[in-house]
Amino acid sequence: MRDVAVVGFAQRQMAAFDGSPTMVELLVPVLGELYEQTGWAKGDIGFFCSGSSDYLAGRSFSFVSAIDAIGTLPPVNESHVEMDAAWALYEAWVKIQTGEVDTALVYGFGKSSAGQLRRVLSLQLDPYLTGPLWPDTVSLAALQARAGLEAGLWDEKDLAAVVARNRAAGTANPHAVLSGELDVADLLAEPMFADPLRAHDCAPVTDGVAAVVIAAGDRARDAAELPAWITGMQHRVDAQTLGMRDLTRSESTAGAAAALDLAGIDTAELHAPFSHQELILRRELGLGDEVAVNPSGGALCGNPMFAAGLIRIGEAAARISAGTSRRAVAHATSGPVLQQNLLCTLEGGR
Amino acid sequence: MGKQLSAVIGVGQTHYRAKREDVSIAGLCREAVDRALADAGVGFDDVDAVVVGKAPDLFEGVMMPELYLAEALGAVGKPLLRVHTAGSVGGSTAVVAASLVQAGVHRRVLAVTFEKQSESNAMWALSVPVPFVMPVHAGAGGYFAPHVRSYIRRSGAPTHVGAMVAAKDRRNAARNPYAHLRQPDSTMESVMASQMLWDPIRYDETCPSSDGACAVVIGDEQAASGVENPAWIHATAMRTEPTTAAERDQVDPQAGREAAAALWRQAGITDPLREIDCAEIYVPFSWFEPMWLENLGFAAEGEGWKLTEAGETEIGGTLPVNMSGGVLSSNPIGASGMIRFAEAALQVMGEAGEHQVGGARRALGHAYGGGSQFFSMWVVGSERPTS
Repeated sequence: MRDVAVVGFAQRQMAAFDGSPTMVELLVPVLGELYEQTGWAKGDIGFFCSGSSDYLAGRSFSFVSAIDAIGTLPPVNESHVEMDAAWALYEAWVKIQTGEVDTALVYGFGKSSAGQLRRVLSLQLDPYLTGPLWPDTVSLAALQARAGLEAGLWDEKDLAAVVARNRAAGTANPHAVLSGELDVADLLAEPMFADPLRAHDCAPVTDGVAAVVIAAGDRARDAAELPAWITGMQHRVDAQTLGMRDLTRSESTAGAAAALDLAGIDTAELHAPFSHQELILRRELGLGDEVAVNPSGGALCGNPMFAAGLIRIGEAAARISAGTSRRAVAHATSGPVLQQNLLCTLEGGR
Repeated sequence: MGKQLSAVIGVGQTHYRAKREDVSIAGLCREAVDRALADAGVGFDDVDAVVVGKAPDLFEGVMMPELYLAEALGAVGKPLLRVHTAGSVGGSTAVVAASLVQAGVHRRVLAVTFEKQSESNAMWALSVPVPFVMPVHAGAGGYFAPHVRSYIRRSGAPTHVGAMVAAKDRRNAARNPYAHLRQPDSTMESVMASQMLWDPIRYDETCPSSDGACAVVIGDEQAASGVENPAWIHATAMRTEPTTAAERDQVDPQAGREAAAALWRQAGITDPLREIDCAEIYVPFSWFEPMWLENLGFAAEGEGWKLTEAGETEIGGTLPVNMSGGVLSSNPIGASGMIRFAEAALQVMGEAGEHQVGGARRALGHAYGGGSQFFSMWVVGSERPTS
């Protein structure tokens, strides 16, 4: 395998973006930041790949307008996944591994506020048997949280503690949509939103974009003082049928982790849109108390759909490049109740 | 490590029909997948990863349907990717699947594409009003007709060339048991007599709206050694340009020209007309055959129609084009590109049945999408690539 590293990362997050669902207006300055960070221009990028969803934008081909952010004359080598952009990063990493290109720019965007997100995401369910009942994402997550409560895997205080820790970490993140010092007792006094979840247990509906540049070997060393080397990337999917799996587990995360070396990880950025999901992921990854989980504040401080997974990778890479982490793991999720999961391990060094 | 050899080791497709109401989306995909696995002589346990491709989710009304399909496609516990690059997606999906093998990440990858247009309404899905974007209420035909008119004016092609393409493709489709529109008696005259829809495009010169799925299994060198007649992947290319730009040439798009140049270079081909034995080219409206012959470099600018008019694109001609009947005869949009790629593979595997081109050793699969702006293509061969 070729050595490939993250050498640039930029993002925007907000509660509601007052602009187009293709988010070209946000992508242009974000891509500009990447060119500034790397010292490169469009011509230095061998491959572009994006992640987004037509249903989120409420139209077909939203990614087709988004490519205007690249400027595709002269034409570019480009692809798109209808997934979180963390999987676009995976496609780009594979492309570099073929030896066809040495550099890639990956971006994701999502205007979650354009519709009623929890209902829009219901359309991901089996269209014949489950979808017609319109179970929404928050209600499904509540079923999952309830299953863990009844199995004695966590209690309501554990969930509130996850929220308090993430929101506090968010105070140091200028991109966080929600952040603040919160008290567990105060959180538990809040009303139920989807029993047993309170509103703060759920990621805020967030709009945003994120972009990452990756490069192989010396190209990476050219672009960054301290590249964040990708030491492994694995992803798996679980069955969707809700009765087919134990909702308190994430077999796909465990499967991906089993194919990676997680020894010595000091930092983890986990894409957990609901508080109890962080507990599921920690358990599957075997993360101990010595690991800093979500120093960025995680998805509970901001969760722009189709970009939030890539943001986890960017946040982990940024800490490697800043020298505050030596080995990190980033996680991205997609689909109802953690159906699909991706892990990326990163390491510092020239 | 360098790029690993890769080959198509199994091909499967459904019968293409206007409405496949006898199966669910999962059932439709499984018809193609089961045939592809059987053709490759492997089962789900032998597949390392699954790549799914389809055109806009609004075409079925299901958001990211690959999530619901994970179980039916045998993807549970494995990596699953979902590609969407507009009309070129069928080709792009095959390219992404091939790259997973070429990168040395996987040994066998299943690539599946589908469209079940009868589940929703494509005209609605393509007509959602978008602020600041010109609506295309006329459908794809209305969008592309001005490009065709421009081609005819620029090249001076006689106006019956489009009808010749349509009649050829529909007759070819009659030799393909999977094709949607099979018209053995189609002639240039019968096509010319059909209703004019978007001048100069007549009813018989347009693609149908189909339900269907196509799947291929792509393997590495070792996996390919287990099958009798793999289709070796000699080259792949993808290029993109914008929908709207004053300097674009939508008749002869730069992205298509550059993708073809990269493709021929990778395959070590200097004279495509001589070195390629047959081609499956994405032709949703008849005139795109001569237009793409030029864009791909099979003919000089303004000369593509001469190959068609001389009958050189018929089976038995210098460069048979769309032996399967092409998009003009079967069009499950998300799968249409992969069908081109798969049919090219079948030709060099010698498995194309009644529409086989004798002695086909190297074939082109081509797809395009959006406003003639997304291109994906591959060259497959009966022999291992030498370059």
